[in-house]
Amino acid sequence: MTTLTDDTLRVTPRAMRDELIAFTLMALLLASVPFTGVYPFFVMQALCFALLACAFNLLVGYGGLLSFGHAMFLGTAGYCSAHALKVWALPPELGILVGIAAAFVLSIITGFISIRRQGIYFSMITLALSQLLYFIYLQAPFTHGEDGIQGIPQGHMFGILDLSKPTVLYYVVLVGFLAGFLLIFRIINSPFGEVLKAIRENEPRAISLGYRTDQYKFLAFVLSGTLAGFAGALKVFVAQNASLTDVHWSMSGEVVLMTLVGGLGTVSGPVVGAFVIIAMQQYLAGFGQWVTVIQGSIFVVCVLTFRRGVIGEIAHYFRRSL
Amino acid sequence: MQALYAQLLVGLINGSFYALLSLGLAVIFGMLNIINFAHGAVYMMGAFVAYFLLNLGGINYWWALLLAPIIVGIFGMILERTMLQWLTGLDHLYGLLLTFGIALIVQGVFQNYFGSSGLPYAIPDQLKGGMNLGFMFLPVYRGWVVVFSLVVCLATWFLIEKTQLGAYLRAATENPTLVRAFGINVPRMITLTYGLGVGLAALAGVLSAPINQVRPLMGADLIIVVFAVVVIGGMGSIMGSIITGFALGVIEGLTKYFYPEASNTVVFVLMVLVLLVKPTGLTGRAA
Repeated sequence: MTTLTDDTLRVTPRAMRDELIAFTLMALLLASVPFTGVYPFFVMQALCFALLACAFNLLVGYGGLLSFGHAMFLGTAGYCSAHALKVWALPPELGILVGIAAAFVLSIITGFISIRRQGIYFSMITLALSQLLYFIYLQAPFTHGEDGIQGIPQGHMFGILDLSKPTVLYYVVLVGFLAGFLLIFRIINSPFGEVLKAIRENEPRAISLGYRTDQYKFLAFVLSGTLAGFAGALKVFVAQNASLTDVHWSMSGEVVLMTLVGGLGTVSGPVVGAFVIIAMQQYLAGFGQWVTVIQGSIFVVCVLTFRRGVIGEIAHYFRRSL
Repeated sequence: MQALYAQLLVGLINGSFYALLSLGLAVIFGMLNIINFAHGAVYMMGAFVAYFLLNLGGINYWWALLLAPIIVGIFGMILERTMLQWLTGLDHLYGLLLTFGIALIVQGVFQNYFGSSGLPYAIPDQLKGGMNLGFMFLPVYRGWVVVFSLVVCLATWFLIEKTQLGAYLRAATENPTLVRAFGINVPRMITLTYGLGVGLAALAGVLSAPINQVRPLMGADLIIVVFAVVVIGGMGSIMGSIITGFALGVIEGLTKYFYPEASNTVVFVLMVLVLLVKPTGLTGRAA
């Protein structure tokens, strides 16, 4: 079996330096958004999806496990956070924690079930599990079915940060995104991340070296699911609602698309991919259903000719790891 | 009791669709190593082709039953030749992603022209009406769907497991290089296999048109249930897919009678239970 990305470079000091430079540039660029004419709501939304895509990429790009149900973490954390904020009237920081905890528990359960099968079976199981949750949320009273949970109070984070002010909210979301991104960056470059890559490249060999690959994959799944939940909890503050759209399986497809466009198994690829796809949806909204066709075409083109994605192609060209 | 039998019948009909679709998936998976995410889209195309044949060409249901699978099958073979072929040797996840993209394109195009609502397709005259079986009233068309798809499933099983062509097919799945050395055109066989699998899905689409109406998204949600069916069955054998397909349809029907709230989820719950006990699926080989 060939690997997903054929040219992952070794983690060298130079590669680390490149990645840190890229990270600093990205952070500076994003931090300056409120001072430019760019619509902050669009960037916040894109940041939530970027975090989701990064979390997803941790699993597929480094663990070789294509989850086709990552929307279930986004949606579950969203619903739980929204419920905690609106019905239990918890402050924002605790509301986020409730969402993360829910995604954590869910990823343990679904990970335990799905990690037992590999390859496309794994994809199909995650897809089926997320569809199971979709129907549960469709019928459960606390999600309000088709209406979703709306009018969520944004509140004051830690009692001081007024999240109803767009600029404050923007920086909170940005800090959340950067924290998540750095955590993923750290995981990838840790010994754990190296083992994960080894499993992706050649699982039988990793087993013969004495690694309990199922445990590594399970841990990667839980980390990825929990971080995806973090993205879902942040998204509640941006969108001020939690709805069935976030749990539907087409959302999982969009996450895959973002990661694929940006570059599977590249550190910053999913961020670029998320911005590209969200911008596309924003500006092509007038085309109605043609957006689906365009997205499908991007899938096809990426898979046939552009498998490395935007960042992957750039990294390949410069022979750098990004 | 009437309601129970009615739900059992609905379950058997859904089971027929599950069986035909998971059978096609299994055939394609065996040869191409691709989970055909476009399977729901080609099922929908089957129904639409039948609709066009009737409304534009005045061609009746019986001809549609033959022509729609051939037309959609040719479409599938073109896809295989122009796109899927290039993925040979790559990680099979790319096959899933490519076919997912194809499904989005096909469904998006149909949604653009036909919206999301259903178009009616009349039951052919010969199959109208019903029979009184004593314990229940059986609409003829529904009985026909169950019997016909069972026959098609068994014929496919016979073709693959018992004929010379099927033997080549199974051999090529095991060792394509060796089979090629015997002078058999393996790439052509792969193309035909994809056409066959897609044709089976289109046939299911034609069968379903008079019952479920013709809608662009009719396959999109069905396909996920079929994936769950495939995971439960394990896609290890052709017969396995057929039996699992019908059995799960019936179980779903029974759930609708005894505990309707769970009818949407029962297949997925079963999938979880089966995986906890037997991670390879009921008839599955190791992944």
